[in-house]
Amino acid sequence: MLTTPIYLDNNATTPMDPRVLEAMLPYFTQKFGNAASRNHPFGWVAEEAVDYAREQVAKLIGASEKEIIFTSGATESDNLAIKGVYEMYKDKGNHIITLTTEHKAVLDTCKHLEKLGAQVTYLEVESDGLVDLQKLEAAMTPQTILVSVMYGNNEIGVIQPIKEISAIAHKHGALFFSDATQAVGKIPVNVNEDGIDLMAFTGHKMYGPKGVGALYVRRKNPRVKVTSQMDGGGHERGMRSGTLNVPGIVGFGKACELCQLEMEQDAKRLSALRDKLENSLLELEESYVNGNKANRLPHTTNISFKYVEGEGLMMAMKDMAVSSGSACTSASLEPSYVLKNLGLSDDLAHSSIRFGLGRFTTEEEVDFAIENTKKAVNHLRELSPLWEMFKEGIDLDSIEWAEH
Amino acid sequence: MAYSDKVIDHYSNPRNVGTLDKSKKNVGTGLVGAPECGDVMRLQIEVDENNIITDAKFKTFGCGSAIASSSLATEWLKGKSIDDAITIDNMDIVEELALPPVKIHCSVLAEDAIKSAINDYRVKNGLPALELEKSHH
Repeated sequence: MLTTPIYLDNNATTPMDPRVLEAMLPYFTQKFGNAASRNHPFGWVAEEAVDYAREQVAKLIGASEKEIIFTSGATESDNLAIKGVYEMYKDKGNHIITLTTEHKAVLDTCKHLEKLGAQVTYLEVESDGLVDLQKLEAAMTPQTILVSVMYGNNEIGVIQPIKEISAIAHKHGALFFSDATQAVGKIPVNVNEDGIDLMAFTGHKMYGPKGVGALYVRRKNPRVKVTSQMDGGGHERGMRSGTLNVPGIVGFGKACELCQLEMEQDAKRLSALRDKLENSLLELEESYVNGNKANRLPHTTNISFKYVEGEGLMMAMKDMAVSSGSACTSASLEPSYVLKNLGLSDDLAHSSIRFGLGRFTTEEEVDFAIENTKKAVNHLRELSPLWEMFKEGIDLDSIEWAEH
Repeated sequence: MAYSDKVIDHYSNPRNVGTLDKSKKNVGTGLVGAPECGDVMRLQIEVDENNIITDAKFKTFGCGSAIASSSLATEWLKGKSIDDAITIDNMDIVEELALPPVKIHCSVLAEDAIKSAINDYRVKNGLPALELEKSHH
């Protein structure tokens, strides 16, 4: 039985796996201790649970448990990594390189550091969303202390060539940080094979709880340090003070363990469903996939349906939760900067829909989504003056629009 | 944020979708907005010899509120004289559809479309184009 509305916005957040909830529950009531209480059993029980979760988290990314710093989520991890590295290493250099398509938590953190004296290069990506490695190498200077490139993009799902990027960073003596929020738990990520020095990720994008995430900080070859951004009791090896969110951490650990066990199966199933969805929707005239299709997260597709506007379209896609790069979904009235940075014209950016499948997405739901989306696109094109003009062979670029 | 019932009603059952023959002398056409901005409205009126609007049609590329605003506009236009129609204010649309502040530009666009259609009709029929105050955006 299909229950509506169906959820295809798993890049925004995922539902929590019931097995994760089950693991967390005792830590709210009976096992409520403070993991930093060293002198009684309540504290010991909590500390043991945190230690176990730390191992589960570390194992998923091929790290050692001592390299995991628990935080409140990926935004905090991004802030701690970039600001922490800048503060710690600014005597060595003040230059940071990142991409224009990074998450706002990275971009706005870099902008903040620019006010404090950092020099930041925001590299443009190619039209498929991937970074050009030669352009990256050309941007490296002796002052470069950090390269920050996301693993998989949240809007289009494109996976960057992480190994090659880290090699370039290291060759020039810089550290490499990756915001891997969308990738960890979805595809194999190994910090040693990928040459990652710092990495941000979070529980709620991988069927764990919200409000808990981690920053991986390399301890060997090289030993990396970040200046803490939250001062206090010296938790997390002094890099992030604050009483540990024990139930959240337990849930995050369990979520990582489940991803490690089931990721391969999930990815296979989801990429087949994603391809079915995508191929069916591309049967609609004038529809285009945004971003590189070969190097892409298995559960994501981003499609522009020309001559219809994204928010209007989402309203017509009744009983479906998706996301759009349309301006109207944000207060700013600007369409997605990620899509614009691929070189998409504003009207195509306005016409985009992101579908994010997840562990609990069924084939029945995908079939429903296909039919529902096609119906909605066709309906809105009937209402669209642009579609009518296109069908009449009028070149829309020849019209003098009143920009407003 | 959730849409008002009236927006959903106009969006789900848009009134007066379609195209009038713009080459006819008694048809006025307004095409406003821009694809880059995410909304384009085309609003058309058919006017009789007494300057009464007998038919109105629209097509809109835009969000739900833009579609609802233009659908509502066509409903209001029918039966009005062109002189009455020109007084329709975007805030009337905001009020009727309970549009939130972030969607006010949709109503402004609908008002612009009405005025532009009326002016097109006026010019075609030898009447002077009305000076329109610069719209609010």
